[in-house]
Amino acid sequence: MTQMTYMEALRDGMRQAMLKDPNVYIAGEDVGAFGGCFGQTGSLFEEFGPKRVIDTPITETAIIGSAVGAASAGLRPIVEIMFIDFMGVCMDEILNQAAKMRYMFGGKAKLPIVIRTPCGAGISAAAQHSQSLEAWFAHIPGMKVVMPATPADAKGLLMSAVADDNPVLYIEHKILLGVKGEVPEGEHYVPIGKATVAREGSDVTIITWSAMVQKALAAAETLDKEGVSAEVLDLRTISPLDKEAILKSVEKTGRAIILHEATLTGGVGGEIAAIIADEGFDYLNAPIKRVAAPDCPIPFSPVLEQAWVPNEEKVIAAVKQVV
Amino acid sequence: MEITPNQLIDFYTTMVRIRKFEQKAAEQFAAGKLPGFVHLYVGEEAVATGACANLNENDFITSTHRGHGHLIAKGGKLELMMAELYGKATGYCRGKGGSMHIADVDLGILGANGIVGAGQPISVGAAFACKYKGTNNVAVCFHGDGASNRGTFHEALNMAAVFKCPVVFVCENNMYGISNYQKNHQTVNDIADRAASYGIPGASVDGNDVIAVYEAVNAAVDQARKGGGPSLVECKTWRHRGHFEGDPATYKDPKEQAEWLAKDPIPRLAKKLIEMKAATQADLDAIDAKIDDEIAKAVDFAEKSPWPDVSDLLTDVVA
Repeated sequence: MTQMTYMEALRDGMRQAMLKDPNVYIAGEDVGAFGGCFGQTGSLFEEFGPKRVIDTPITETAIIGSAVGAASAGLRPIVEIMFIDFMGVCMDEILNQAAKMRYMFGGKAKLPIVIRTPCGAGISAAAQHSQSLEAWFAHIPGMKVVMPATPADAKGLLMSAVADDNPVLYIEHKILLGVKGEVPEGEHYVPIGKATVAREGSDVTIITWSAMVQKALAAAETLDKEGVSAEVLDLRTISPLDKEAILKSVEKTGRAIILHEATLTGGVGGEIAAIIADEGFDYLNAPIKRVAAPDCPIPFSPVLEQAWVPNEEKVIAAVKQVV
Repeated sequence: MEITPNQLIDFYTTMVRIRKFEQKAAEQFAAGKLPGFVHLYVGEEAVATGACANLNENDFITSTHRGHGHLIAKGGKLELMMAELYGKATGYCRGKGGSMHIADVDLGILGANGIVGAGQPISVGAAFACKYKGTNNVAVCFHGDGASNRGTFHEALNMAAVFKCPVVFVCENNMYGISNYQKNHQTVNDIADRAASYGIPGASVDGNDVIAVYEAVNAAVDQARKGGGPSLVECKTWRHRGHFEGDPATYKDPKEQAEWLAKDPIPRLAKKLIEMKAATQADLDAIDAKIDDEIAKAVDFAEKSPWPDVSDLLTDVVA
């Protein structure tokens, strides 16, 4: 174990994957000598050279489209879309190409593509650089979606994503990039599709992911002092969902709060609520509650932005409605 | 570069194979045997044939919604194609793709594609992989005049040029984007002129002359194999039928249609073969009969094949 930031950990994941397999390469905007928009690729360009760490033009469609072609031809691209908000520019390449080719071709294609992209509010980046759009991609059969919350998972999910033979959307929250934690050295894999209990509890389950895990843990601390024992389930993977872990925790606590930074309507929280209602109804002692951002674009002013992002107080308020 | 009489006979054979496959598909579609959409390549056979004659099994192509000709020219198997058109379990995609999604990754065929222009960046990636791995293989991207207006065209050609990817963009200008005449959907006459914006070679050739297509693509493939980067080859051609089967193509000027039918690439090559004494009419008739037999076998295979089992519905969503 070693202390690393989330960003260093995801970079180390890329580095380990590149050391292990010469067919792994990185491509994206400013990922080369510049080192990545937030510094994610760091000095990988110096280490691996321009053949394997490739600055592309500002051309999201061709970044993803070329990754589809390269993966079909035997490479394992890690491509970066600088902000998840830019996904609209390359959506066809994800929706109709990467995610569908294997099925459409009768199982005769492999698309081992990692699409890394930062999400999230908190730096006054406003409406076009702050969104959490995981629900869009969870709605696409054939795509996997991971959203690590800790430095160790940032590395482990990155390495698992590269090793996976399917297109994986790896969403890194920009607020987490500087967060430090213990990270295993060398190769480290966290299985895709497996949630983890970030904090054990017995009265209520807070199901969450990415940057909201920290908010849930903070809320759980406060609630603990008030005599409410909250379990925090960090999903880590959004697609496929770890239904087993969700139902197991709700069975134990009898109450479910779903917390996500994405806007409420059409969010992944609705799907999780439906799973609990369908398959865990008898476990419930209270209605399922969702805590999410309000259905509006993300504002610029720090005052407005802080009002938009779900916070500890909103989680505590939701918990108090059900316990 | 001298084209041998045997090569010309191969060209003829491939073009007739495509033509007869398409004519049979039209017939079977009309008979209600083919579900879904079918877009036929009749009239454009010289493009796929002349282009793919420059490729080997390890080279890649990306194709379009009008893809049967590209697949056949790249070596696709007629039985598996026809079975896929029928939606049978034995088809190329086990009945999950249909006409618009046939692929044979082992033959470097990275798929027909239902999205206009989608093959362009995919071909750049395949070509990138060839360069990355240090092979001297190339990719050919077939696309139409309509797709030359997509954003994918710009992004793909720019990226291919910047990275010197070994890819040849073969633009099949059949003068229509669905029903929209070329003059109404772009202001350039020669799409090849657009190559200049990317600093790559562009050539515009008679797409109904298989030899002209072969030679232009040969030069482009040769450049790509030598590390010289991408090219754009525009082949002016004409689809004899509607955009899809069932489209009466009333938007076409009958006079122009008649002019283009007179430029049909297959009789044109047949005439040349006979004139140059590379083949007799009897030789060509024998080729036609052999292809008739191949097509009949493909239909028979498709008809006798089982439907997919519904238990296969959820397989191959992910690897």
